[in-house]
Amino acid sequence: MTGVNAADVGDGTANDVVVEAVDVQKWFGKLHVLQGISLTVKRREAVVILGPSGSGKSTFLRCVNHLEKIQEGRILVNGHLIGYREVKGRLVEDKEKNIARQRAEIGMVFQNFNLFPHKTALENITAGPMHVRKTDEEQARSEALVLLERVGLRDKADAYPLRLSGGQQQRVAIARALAMKPALMLFDEPTSALDPEMIGEVLTVMKELAFDGMTMIVVTHEMGFAREAADRVVMMADGVIVEEGVPSSFFNAPEHERTKAFLSQIL
Amino acid sequence: MTQTVIATYPFNWGAFLDYLLNPNGMVTNGIRLTIIIAVVSEIIGVVLGVLLALARMSRSKVLRRASGIYIWFFRGTPLLVQIAIVYFAGFPFFGLPIFGGYSWGDVTVFGVVIPGRILAGIFALSANEGAYMAEIVRGGITGVDAGQLEAARSIGMTRALAMRLVVLPQAARLIVPPLGNQFNMMLKTTSLLSVISVVELYTASSIVQGQTFQPFEVFFAAAIYYLIMTSIWNFIQSRVERRLGRGWGEERGAQDRLTTRLFGRGLPSRNQAAVSLDR
Repeated sequence: MTGVNAADVGDGTANDVVVEAVDVQKWFGKLHVLQGISLTVKRREAVVILGPSGSGKSTFLRCVNHLEKIQEGRILVNGHLIGYREVKGRLVEDKEKNIARQRAEIGMVFQNFNLFPHKTALENITAGPMHVRKTDEEQARSEALVLLERVGLRDKADAYPLRLSGGQQQRVAIARALAMKPALMLFDEPTSALDPEMIGEVLTVMKELAFDGMTMIVVTHEMGFAREAADRVVMMADGVIVEEGVPSSFFNAPEHERTKAFLSQIL
Repeated sequence: MTQTVIATYPFNWGAFLDYLLNPNGMVTNGIRLTIIIAVVSEIIGVVLGVLLALARMSRSKVLRRASGIYIWFFRGTPLLVQIAIVYFAGFPFFGLPIFGGYSWGDVTVFGVVIPGRILAGIFALSANEGAYMAEIVRGGITGVDAGQLEAARSIGMTRALAMRLVVLPQAARLIVPPLGNQFNMMLKTTSLLSVISVVELYTASSIVQGQTFQPFEVFFAAAIYYLIMTSIWNFIQSRVERRLGRGWGEERGAQDRLTTRLFGRGLPSRNQAAVSLDR
């Protein structure tokens, strides 16, 4: 199944581009965290972003669904500007309602899971479809159960998150994001807060997603996942993309000094 | 040599028990009024508190400032003075012909006549309670992890929807314990309305005392009534806390027992102290 996504990437027409980031610039106060990031992600492509901490990779990911503002450049998802509207050639922050509508199409998985602790696993998953998509409860529940089955937690439907292990919580969080039937999934260091023995179960779910053709951007330190599941690996350092390529050449023959230094530290 | 005569009289148990077990109609009405005023004022106070807290945290500078001034005023002046201002000055209407202008006229709601002084009392208590509740609600909202709001927004919820479905239900768990404390105080604070002659439990008792000259027996019976009311509230509050604790392992067993709530835990034994240090 591994080869499926590479073959399905398509012919590169505009319709096949899910994410298009052009010269994205961002400052935190005086700190220039994103210094011109340009990245294109095509439909069914899984892109892994690597880089040392402080390189801006998580910040960039959070800009893609406008949890962070950008100061210059633009990010388009499915051909629509994210978080902004163009008024006379200048970008103005969009209305909250429109941003919310855009975010509904972009799933996000957080390092700390951020499940809703007052809702059961099932209620966590149905909240979005029921209250944002206005799906009726019965349908939302049955779809949620299918998703729980898919992440291997059908029997935990009525459990509250704090009763679940970290790995189980993260799998529920993935199901919660998938329930919105997103066109794109963002993973922000999804295994960094997990005990080592739980990392595997989360990565397995993510690999299946990638092989099934989900378009995804993953910020992670899991090199094994990058090798096996990524179509493309992007290396970020100091707010810029220093190198990108397919996993085989990226890991076996890195070109940039920063990449070599980073890989030698990690591997 | 003259001796100082200290006026004492023996505590009349029979009279005390009579006041306690056979309260006259004015006292029973007083108890009823105390509960009604406390409940209504607390409900209005909580609603007001949520609105003030949201205003205090809103993106509008005007709302933040207005809410801040309100809280500053009502927390910074004595409730007794606020009650007097509201009742005697007709505040905040300053003579406008609402509720009868300068004086609080009676108002009929669904065929029930509510005396103006009770209305004024509820107004003052609610307004004051709102200021305190605003700070409690704000604390509760701030206490909810910021990641919760981000997660809610990442599945397409607007800020308002995320507040309602995700943040406020979790804040409620943090708000209820101090809220219970506030209502406990509210039950007792209604006695301040005696200053505007609302015949609640305390005023009724002092009228009885004026007729029978048995202050100790009368007020001791009143104290017992207040104690019963606050104890019942304690019980209700522990039930509510258990319900809101679902998801945090507080559903069952983890809650304090009623006796613990009422009388405290006492001193830990040596073993218990050692255990708690281990954690």
